[in-house]
Amino acid sequence: MTNTQISAGRARSASAPPAVSVRPPARERGTRLLTALFLTPTIVGIVVFTVVPIVGSIVLSFFDWNVIDPPSFAGGANYREIASDSTVLVSFRNTLVFMVLAVALQLVIALSLALTLNGRMPGWLRSVFRSAFFFPLVLSAASISVVMKYLFNQDFGVVNWLIGLFGIAPVPWLTSEHGAMATVIIVYVWQQFGFSFLLFVGGLNNIPKEIHEAAALDGATGPRKHLAITLPLLSPTLLVASVVGIINALQVFEQPYVLTDGGPGDSTRTVVMVIYERAFEQLRFGEASAVGVLLFVLIMAVTAVQFRLSRRFVHYQ
Amino acid sequence: MSQATPTLGSVRYRLAPWARIAGLTVCALLTLGPVIWTVSTSLRTPAESFDLPPRIIPAHPSTAAYRGVFDQIDVWLLALNSTLVTALVAAGQMVTAGLAGYAFARLDFRFKRPLFGLVLATMMVPLQVTIVPVFLVLKSMGLTDTLLGLIVPAFPTAFGTFLMRQYFLGMPKDLGEAAMLDGAGPWRIFRSVYAPLATPGLAIVGVLAFNYHWNEFFRPLILETSGQNYTLPLGLVSLQGNLGTGSVSVVLAGVVLSMLPAVAVFLVGQRPLREGITSAGVNR
Repeated sequence: MTNTQISAGRARSASAPPAVSVRPPARERGTRLLTALFLTPTIVGIVVFTVVPIVGSIVLSFFDWNVIDPPSFAGGANYREIASDSTVLVSFRNTLVFMVLAVALQLVIALSLALTLNGRMPGWLRSVFRSAFFFPLVLSAASISVVMKYLFNQDFGVVNWLIGLFGIAPVPWLTSEHGAMATVIIVYVWQQFGFSFLLFVGGLNNIPKEIHEAAALDGATGPRKHLAITLPLLSPTLLVASVVGIINALQVFEQPYVLTDGGPGDSTRTVVMVIYERAFEQLRFGEASAVGVLLFVLIMAVTAVQFRLSRRFVHYQ
Repeated sequence: MSQATPTLGSVRYRLAPWARIAGLTVCALLTLGPVIWTVSTSLRTPAESFDLPPRIIPAHPSTAAYRGVFDQIDVWLLALNSTLVTALVAAGQMVTAGLAGYAFARLDFRFKRPLFGLVLATMMVPLQVTIVPVFLVLKSMGLTDTLLGLIVPAFPTAFGTFLMRQYFLGMPKDLGEAAMLDGAGPWRIFRSVYAPLATPGLAIVGVLAFNYHWNEFFRPLILETSGQNYTLPLGLVSLQGNLGTGSVSVVLAGVVLSMLPAVAVFLVGQRPLREGITSAGVNR
């Protein structure tokens, strides 16, 4: 402490006489030190907890490792194994089916609500609706799935009672294969649609009023106006909402874990559930890493395809 | 809007507001329904838990379920763990993102572009893909099954750094230049000129961190193996597992308790939360 003070003092007094010429380098050194201090936590953290682990995942995926014995090089064995492992294959199929249905549903609901909310209504009512629609986003997916498990119970759940009012027979939501997938999708979309909804509300606010007025003068109203004018102008937001929606959907975990535990059978087992089970229940770290690497490749590929497609369909103002 | 031209279409459209509001009301009820049911069922006696139609106002209001939660799980411990993790992560992210965001926006240094590119690239990497090596890194540090193991890896935030960089870039450059002419060093320029202006941005980072980590389930599930380190979501899921379907009101009382802080943040910090969620999407 005193040492640094003394040396700092000495440095200052040494540089004092020719103040004009020496001052900039001293300041520059200070800036460099400050820069290093400012960047270190983030850069070191990202390297240690993201960059190294990505490389680690790829390396581990070529090894056999159960934590207890030392890892042994396995070549492509893990990949060959999971390519013929029906649970892994089914989990990828489930995840893709889930992704397509959940994201489509999420976008349609969010967009319809945002468009409906965009119409004329008192300001306070608009903000009440807006708050209601994004409220589920602040809840824990795990806890809410606990609640939903009761609501979707076949015999005494509120959902079957509600659809019973419309004359629909009780659905075995959690105990049949299609019912379980439907439940996972519904619970996921229930919580997530508010995210796309907020994006669409923001996107709609960015469309200049004059364009709507011009369209109205030309006689475009209602659905036709939306198709011809609103949607093209909203396409950048649609792209973002679908990209983020897809990336998130491919990582679905809490809902199937709590609601169905992947069942019945493997009908709602998702890729992330398989990563979790392989690594932390069965201690097959190499295989878990290989599945993780494939998921990463899948996410990258889907995103790349989307941006490629978007070049043709997205209209920037 | 469409009222400008009295065509058949616009007449139909003029009738719409009531239908529109009715439709939105139904959707809002469906959205809030599960939450309302949770609160009201937690206040009913177990015998009335599954009454159909569900009684929104309990016939015999009872707080027995809340006492039951405190008897059956250590709510205080779970809440303390959750609070510690969430508060420290939120504070840590505000610090790391504020500092790094400022460096990327206002300081000049070598490799600035590639370093920022690295930060941006890691936003694309899902947590689940890196979880196995992260677990092993934490294990080698002796941090598995500790709260620190949840906290420390969550300090760096690529998105928060990006957000704070945008915030600092949006501030006028002459403020710093004027302070420099007055003899302020780089630290003082940051501390006294720019940092105070960054509060709204930091609020977004903090609120987003709170929302995410208060509700987080995947990492605690993997890292925390002994009950004393459980966070609320983990405790609640295991509460349901242990009790089966018998004491639904007790489980729901636990869910309600764990929701309260999130609801409070929702009410107080709705604007930064909304801005954060929207920009999280727009900037990807």
